[in-house]
Amino acid sequence: MLSGRLLLWAVCVVLLVALPAVVSALGQPFYIDLVRRIMILAIAAISLNLILGYGGLVSFGHAAYLGIGAYAVGILAFYGVTSGWLQWATAIGASALVAAAIGAVSIRASGIYFIMITLAFTQMLYYLGISLEVFGGDDGMRLKAKSDFGGLIDLRDPVAFYYLSLALMLVSVFLVYKLVNSRFGMVLRAAKSNEARTRAIGFSPYPYRLAAFVIAGAMCGLAGALYANHTGYLTPGFVSWQQSGDLMFMVILGGMASTAGPVLGTFVLLLVEELLKGWTEHWQVVLGPLLVLSVIFFRRGLAGMFYKPDA
Amino acid sequence: MSLFFEQLLNGLQFGVTLFLMAAGLTLVFGIMNFINLAHGSLYMVGAYLAVAAAQWTGSYLAGAVLGLAGALVVGMLVELVALRTLYERDHLDQVLATFGLILFFNELVAILWGRASLYAQLPDWLRGHVDLPTGSTYPVYRLAVIAVGLAVAVLLWYVVTRTRLGMLIRAGASNRTMVGALGVNIRLLYTVVFGVGAALAGLAGLMAGPIYSVQPGMGELVLIQVFVVIVIGGIGSVRGALLGALIVGIVDTLGRAFLKPLLGAMISPTAGEAAGPALASMLIYLLMAVVLALRPAGLFPARG
Repeated sequence: MLSGRLLLWAVCVVLLVALPAVVSALGQPFYIDLVRRIMILAIAAISLNLILGYGGLVSFGHAAYLGIGAYAVGILAFYGVTSGWLQWATAIGASALVAAAIGAVSIRASGIYFIMITLAFTQMLYYLGISLEVFGGDDGMRLKAKSDFGGLIDLRDPVAFYYLSLALMLVSVFLVYKLVNSRFGMVLRAAKSNEARTRAIGFSPYPYRLAAFVIAGAMCGLAGALYANHTGYLTPGFVSWQQSGDLMFMVILGGMASTAGPVLGTFVLLLVEELLKGWTEHWQVVLGPLLVLSVIFFRRGLAGMFYKPDA
Repeated sequence: MSLFFEQLLNGLQFGVTLFLMAAGLTLVFGIMNFINLAHGSLYMVGAYLAVAAAQWTGSYLAGAVLGLAGALVVGMLVELVALRTLYERDHLDQVLATFGLILFFNELVAILWGRASLYAQLPDWLRGHVDLPTGSTYPVYRLAVIAVGLAVAVLLWYVVTRTRLGMLIRAGASNRTMVGALGVNIRLLYTVVFGVGAALAGLAGLMAGPIYSVQPGMGELVLIQVFVVIVIGGIGSVRGALLGALIVGIVDTLGRAFLKPLLGAMISPTAGEAAGPALASMLIYLLMAVVLALRPAGLFPARG
């Protein structure tokens, strides 16, 4: 079974590696942009899966870190700091810090409270973004220049940026896979399936959950840094509750607590969105009921069709 | 001083609007253990239906009645068609399904009425101002909103604590299975409670229409503030919803009105100019964080 899974991964990676050459040959370079966007958001979904799928922490505010990562890059570029290393490190560090602050308060609460609190804090950051007039406020601002990594990689080259996103997505998949199968991940998953027993065998879930929350925030901050470079434009909309909801849907649609789930979910959700957008301006009136139906009838997600979720 | 009093009344008016939303949400959560994100959509539906019906009939009151009835019917329909199957699911599924409903309703409203804001027209008898004891004047309509909100609060208190329906609601909140086993039609009770919650949200929406703009997505901005209310007040209790709503309404309004000049006077005018609006819009969320740190179950948690 494991080799089967690996084979599936290998086929998908080969397809993704071949994609730029194929679509360029077909004269459709638009698809490089589309798939790059999907892969960047997949990193955010992968990070959310760590806390939502494996940790059982239903965060309705994960877009916060996407926004913080993006704004870290945008604000540094605004003040003339274009070094990609510095920008991305700031994006990851700032996201981790904010995740630590939000997590420290909200993980004390559970269940429905946790959902509402993470949503509310993210909304607070959204309003903060709107009130930052220097950085464009409600309208957002253009990214002054793409992150500069010297001669190492040029993000202005769409194909090079595409391969960087692909590589970082695969690294994220691998990192989360390693993490959830480590001792740390075992405690995290144990706390999800039975908190009382986890306490009884001597583990307090709080520090593990908080650590996972911070790691997920940092990883999503990296996705935000990539996303700012991808769009070239930042708005508080990155932090909107719809964005948080979308991220949750990517994870659930693909299959919670599965390695491939978030990637699969992101591809399917965003491709369906793209399809519907091409069909009608009012695509959300179709997408909404589709999402409701998928929740009611499609309980284990897409990955559940291939194999049983791990946790 | 008169400005302060005026802003206090504004805060009260915003607070009762939040209360009408929070009451429905907290009742539905308390009795069905169901979290309904689409509660904001019912607020929006109430506002739109009231504006449309008022234009159609030419009467504000007829519009309000039709808007209220419309929100009730839409709420019950949504419960019957989509949400009923989700009561047994975990909160995550409920959040996601109702998130899908929000997308649907926002887009449907945009198709029917367009994306531009609508403004509700008030009849002459609600358009005037009254003199306040402090010497300034205050819009009649906002006073009317406060009166309606407080009247609904009293009515809800009476229904929940003094009637048979209220007894069933309280019993359902503490042990659903037992109430069902005692021969109460729990499905019907759910639909009724959901409908009442929807009507309250619709009432909040149609009363907010003439004050704020009516546009797609208006419900979600309020909904998130209502979440803050519920976290502060404590979930499942109508009393918590009322007190939480008044606290949030007043803190938010006073913050927006006075934080900028206050910071300007205390630190420097530029500091007030720069940090005032940002801090004011974050104030209720910071308040929520403080309440959570000190009293994780909220200030007025449900008893039992």
